[in-house]
Amino acid sequence: MKEELRVRKIKDGTVIDHIKAGKGIKVLNILGVENGFANVTALLMNVTSKRVGKKDIVKIENKALRKEEVDKIALIAPNATWNVIKDFKVTEKNRIELPDKLEGILKCPNPKCVTNMNEPVRSKFKVEEKEPVKLRCMYCERLFGLKDML
Amino acid sequence: MDLRGKDIISIRDLSREEIELIHKKAEEMEPFARGGKTCKLMEGKILGTLFFEPSTRTRLSFTSAMQRMGGSVMGFEGVDVTSVSKGESLTDTIKTVERYCDIITIRHPMEGAARLAAEASTKPVINGGDGANQHPTQTLLDLYTIKKMKGKIKSLNVTLLGDLKHARTMRSLATALAMFDANLTLVAPKGLEMSDDILDEIKNKFNLKPKQTEDIDSGVKDADVVYICRIQKERFEDKFEAEKIQKAFRITPEVLKSCKEDLAILHPLPKVTEIDPRVDEMKCAKYFDQTFYGVPIRMAILGLVSGAIK
Repeated sequence: MKEELRVRKIKDGTVIDHIKAGKGIKVLNILGVENGFANVTALLMNVTSKRVGKKDIVKIENKALRKEEVDKIALIAPNATWNVIKDFKVTEKNRIELPDKLEGILKCPNPKCVTNMNEPVRSKFKVEEKEPVKLRCMYCERLFGLKDML
Repeated sequence: MDLRGKDIISIRDLSREEIELIHKKAEEMEPFARGGKTCKLMEGKILGTLFFEPSTRTRLSFTSAMQRMGGSVMGFEGVDVTSVSKGESLTDTIKTVERYCDIITIRHPMEGAARLAAEASTKPVINGGDGANQHPTQTLLDLYTIKKMKGKIKSLNVTLLGDLKHARTMRSLATALAMFDANLTLVAPKGLEMSDDILDEIKNKFNLKPKQTEDIDSGVKDADVVYICRIQKERFEDKFEAEKIQKAFRITPEVLKSCKEDLAILHPLPKVTEIDPRVDEMKCAKYFDQTFYGVPIRMAILGLVSGAIK
């Protein structure tokens, strides 16, 4: 049976493909599915893939990803792809890549960091290493791994 | 190379060439710092000193540096007499103060506060210590002192001793010494060792792997320079354990018996019990000379970031 038939094609929206198997739920968490997420959403787990062996796929109807969401997904699913679907057709195909700098999407875990004070400031992290991910807060200069951040 | 308008926030922001330029200019400032000559390089300029936390050496040496160059100083220490006590944000305080002065130096308990201040200010900002993070002017004067005492930094055996986990001085000094190719030995009690992120940075950027030990005697034996900082008692839950470590991690004339003849002992001060007072009288005790070098270093920095020194 073709994998696509397990969950029907979406008319308009976003398909995030080639997510490392087991990380699909985390992608949904990043997109905030727990907090009043109204869009029709499908999660396929452990789908057989020629390229990566096993993978997860997330399909969301009537939603375009924002840059902050793509950057955050890149932390846990680097090398995933993100396709824009319009009228059942793939109109845009993008690779999710971790940028060199992450701005305004993560909270610094250091309680003594100035970004956790009541100041008009967006958090900023420099990506020092991509595999495994290591991020340095550009204010308090502390280095964090992924488990500290998500 | 031009440092005019540059913020001095972290030793990580400075290249080796920029540090060498600051040292060269500090050397030129030394006769003025000692009061033997007068200069008017900063005449008409005002330094704003915003010390949200207490400080003796940093604030006074910045004041001395500015006044030795003919400039003037305004500012505060503690927040009780400022609008910060009414809940004003740091950003608003900086946007106000920058309109009254030409350069700002700031000490603040929150890590990253100096970086935030630099973003809020159109005038150069110099970090005078932000929590446990950075104190770049201290690191610059530490490197300068070592260079003055030993004539070089490259290949020197430098031992950092004490609470290497929490002391901001040690964290930035370790990185800076690695940048100048010193041989590093790290001596710390168990649990207070240098954090892995600094060790990784030293290894990845400078291909250097410091020796690490808990044993003071072997850690100081071959050292050209021993840099000590206090055990931060307030970080321990068990005060008895803290006192035990404080007693064990102490430099005494007896410990120094087997050391090199021309050893230099440095300390960022204030010292508490980690150096036996008898050591103060020994020729290896260089920490009070070290504290003087804070003045020419800060003169050089003030002159360079303001454009008064080319």
